[in-house]
Amino acid sequence: MSIWEYANPVKFIRTADVLLPWVTVAAVICLVTGLVWGFFFTPEDFRQGSTVKIIYLHVPAAMMAINAWLMMLIASLIWIVRRHHVSALAARAAAPIGATMTVIGLVTGAIWGQPMWGTWWAWDPRLTVFLILFLFYLGYMALWEAIEDDDTAADLTSILCLVGSVFALLSRYAVQFWNQGLHQGSSVLRAGAVTGVDTTEKVSNVYFMPLLVSGIGFVLLFLALVLLRTQTEIRARRSRALLARERSA
Amino acid sequence: MIALLTRDLRLAVRAGGGFGLGLAFFLIVTVLVPFGVGPQTGLLTRIAPGILWIGALLACLLSLDRIFALDWEDGSLDLLATAPLPMEGIVSVKALAHWITTGLPLVLAAPALGVLLNLAGPGYLWLFVSLALGTPALSVIGTFGAALTVGLKRGGLLMSLLVLPLYVPTLIFGAEVARRGAEGLAVQTPLLMLAGISFGVAALLPFASAAVLRINLR
Repeated sequence: MSIWEYANPVKFIRTADVLLPWVTVAAVICLVTGLVWGFFFTPEDFRQGSTVKIIYLHVPAAMMAINAWLMMLIASLIWIVRRHHVSALAARAAAPIGATMTVIGLVTGAIWGQPMWGTWWAWDPRLTVFLILFLFYLGYMALWEAIEDDDTAADLTSILCLVGSVFALLSRYAVQFWNQGLHQGSSVLRAGAVTGVDTTEKVSNVYFMPLLVSGIGFVLLFLALVLLRTQTEIRARRSRALLARERSA
Repeated sequence: MIALLTRDLRLAVRAGGGFGLGLAFFLIVTVLVPFGVGPQTGLLTRIAPGILWIGALLACLLSLDRIFALDWEDGSLDLLATAPLPMEGIVSVKALAHWITTGLPLVLAAPALGVLLNLAGPGYLWLFVSLALGTPALSVIGTFGAALTVGLKRGGLLMSLLVLPLYVPTLIFGAEVARRGAEGLAVQTPLLMLAGISFGVAALLPFASAAVLRINLR
């Protein structure tokens, strides 16, 4: 029993069929719990008022925007090294989700930034890097769409993903050099986050627990969507192959 | 390799277009900027380094699809692929030829266009240096983009979408050198970073471009 068994599309679809309802239900439960808890049952911040509650969307979405790219990077590597088609399709399936997460992160950030910083947008390193990440997602998806041959497209996009990752990292540090920012550093996982001791430097435990739940919800949501989209891609490809076989017969 | 380089250079010069077009585009962008932002010399002085860098970058981008497109159409790219020269070498030579025909003229013309934008005194030297260091990186990264989109119809627009995000680090450090130079600040750090990007990209990216080209020729 090894993980590569799931590189078999049939096995993958069968497993995904079993997993999908559970993951979806778990995602919905976590999201609803996290968001409702966060929006209605946490106190308002003494300085930020109710706007602090956008954190339950903003932080998980931003986290998933980066993690989706990481997942695409790993899937691309697997495709290049072991040439499992499911892997390439999973990378393809993850891209639009990651792009959407990036947009959610940017938009909620703008809505949060308006009352807090007095501006919708600032050329702050984190904001800028997310915008660049969004451009990378766009280019990646456009390349998938543009190439007709499936294997060629998978090869080219996976190399683009590798090169893009290096350049995204480069851009991250270049942008930090270019402008010091307005955005705060991460205050979610600071000292005391694990032990639960409340300190002033980190997000208060009152906000942290719903944030954690909603973060898990976003991860599960991403997982469910990737499974679903990968299944769709596999089935679409199979139906195309069947049609082609029928035509030639 | 030298034969390939001279062939590419000769084609670029004799077939017309490639050589002058990028320069003309650079000139036009520079001329258009004051129309857009107004003729105040103070403002122009401040934005001149950035505008000149962006102009050079766009002019570079404009000529990228010529790197492989013609060779792809008439089949000479397939011949090159079967030649004893490794693909990485071909890609590097192509990038070099692109730099000589596009990047180098831009570097030489940029100080002259700086006059139009009222660039500050010490800025000329640093603009020249930063472009001379940075445009090779633009050519090499662009070759990667051109290799990705070589077989595609309407590949030009897609290539811009793919290449422009990759240009971000080069642009940041290049424009920073030019800006700091023009303002009389120390330029060492961004200059070193720019050089690092140029050399790093020239050393590593041809492997990716070659892999991509091999896939496209399959």
